[in-house]
Amino acid sequence: MAMTARQRARTSLYVQLGIFVAVLVALAITIDWATVRTAFFQFESLGGMFPTVITVGLKNTIFYTIISFFFALGLGLVLALMKLASFPPYRWIATGYIEFFRGVPALLVFITFGFGVPTAFPGTVWPTWLVVMVSLGLVAAAYIAETLRAGLQAVPRGQYEAARSLGMPGWRAMVTIIIPQAFKIVLPPLTNEFILVTKDTSLIFVLGLAVADYELTKFGRDGILQYGAGITPLVLAGAMYLIITLPLSQLARKFESRAAKAKR
Amino acid sequence: MSETIEEQFQAAGVVIDGLHKSYGPVEVLKGIDLEVAPGQVVCLIGPSGSGKSTLLRCVNLLEQPNGGSIDVGGYDVTDPDIDVDAMRRNVGMVFQQFNLFPHLTVLENCTVAQQKVLKRKKPDADRIAEKNLAKVGLGEFGDRYPDQLSGGQQQRVAIARALSMDPKLMLFDEPTSALDPETVGEVLSIMRNLAKDGMTMLVVTHEMAFARDVADRVVFMDDGVVVESGPAAQVIGDPQTPRMQDFLKRVLDPTHVEVDE
Repeated sequence: MAMTARQRARTSLYVQLGIFVAVLVALAITIDWATVRTAFFQFESLGGMFPTVITVGLKNTIFYTIISFFFALGLGLVLALMKLASFPPYRWIATGYIEFFRGVPALLVFITFGFGVPTAFPGTVWPTWLVVMVSLGLVAAAYIAETLRAGLQAVPRGQYEAARSLGMPGWRAMVTIIIPQAFKIVLPPLTNEFILVTKDTSLIFVLGLAVADYELTKFGRDGILQYGAGITPLVLAGAMYLIITLPLSQLARKFESRAAKAKR
Repeated sequence: MSETIEEQFQAAGVVIDGLHKSYGPVEVLKGIDLEVAPGQVVCLIGPSGSGKSTLLRCVNLLEQPNGGSIDVGGYDVTDPDIDVDAMRRNVGMVFQQFNLFPHLTVLENCTVAQQKVLKRKKPDADRIAEKNLAKVGLGEFGDRYPDQLSGGQQQRVAIARALSMDPKLMLFDEPTSALDPETVGEVLSIMRNLAKDGMTMLVVTHEMAFARDVADRVVFMDDGVVVESGPAAQVIGDPQTPRMQDFLKRVLDPTHVEVDE
């Protein structure tokens, strides 16, 4: 039976839709909805989590994200410039750093700084924000450095030459001409990096925390034990992350389309 | 310190002596001797790959020569101890691809180096930039961004940007090669005016009419050496070497080139 290309495409579409509907129906029949509801969506029992889950949890998540991100941005810029330096040892150090911190799990870095610093320097206790800023910042800096390096290299060589031929020293050409242009290029990937940092702040749960230092995930985990509402507190925490990350994704898309338009 | 350099640059000629430049095993400049007297316009012509752009870029050290010397306004730029930035403050450069700063307005393009390098106050820098933009016929365009301008307009801004540093010498690297044909004229006429004002200019170009009319001397390069040089009328009007004759034939009458099968 011969089919035209259009008929074949339409048949294939119907088959895909059919499979999709079949999976949905199978799930709807087999899932134990009553248990799902009490385990995941028992929001009416969570009254006790408000307003602290917002005034402390959401606030701390945002606070930790911002300090870690900007620490990482500063360090990442230094690493990116080192990676582009003509002096080879700078490049080796930057490459070694980036490979190391991209290669180890962020969780291990958290544990190292959370428990390692008091062990290595007895009597020294870092406040929670400092542990978060340093551990998360060191990891994120490795990713950000690569992003920034790509951005700096995307600025045409002629821009640097024009700046230098106007008598600007190399650092001045970087600061005034190259970095502002590179920054526009890396804005979308940097926004994504910011989203990743937001989510990674959840790793603090491995540390012992004072309640005032709790962030969203810690609130969620404690809520599981406290309210007898299954893991609904974690679902709530998840929703709060989305409140932060969805507008940022939107923003990244906007930057992207603006950059695409500028290129034309 | 910088004042002595300024003084040295009062009369900026260029004396190039035995210049060599290689990229790895490839020798691009094979011993170039060339002189531009203060106030003179010298045009460098020749086939692509002949090394003329490399030579020009050596003069303000965008390329590092491997041998020989370049004296700019009595200032030995090949001396490893010189203050490269101080030298470049006095040497304007115009690129084939304009290289305007796209994140700055036309006016800011012309003021940024004045403020950051020469430490001029903003009102002074603005005034000087506006004067030079008016000189290139773009006095009304200060608020625009480079991507809102045509190629010819962008190149004129690039010239105004260089002039705003009060250079004693201007280098032009094929300034009209990236332009639409109808905008070539506006850029050339500005360069003509500059030459009339007595600016010392070293110009890499394929515009034979410009070289013939404006240049005091024309230098024909091929394969990394100077093949022929002299007054424009002589080199272009009465070429002596077969290579120059062949080159001119191809440039002036591109439809009559015989292609080797």
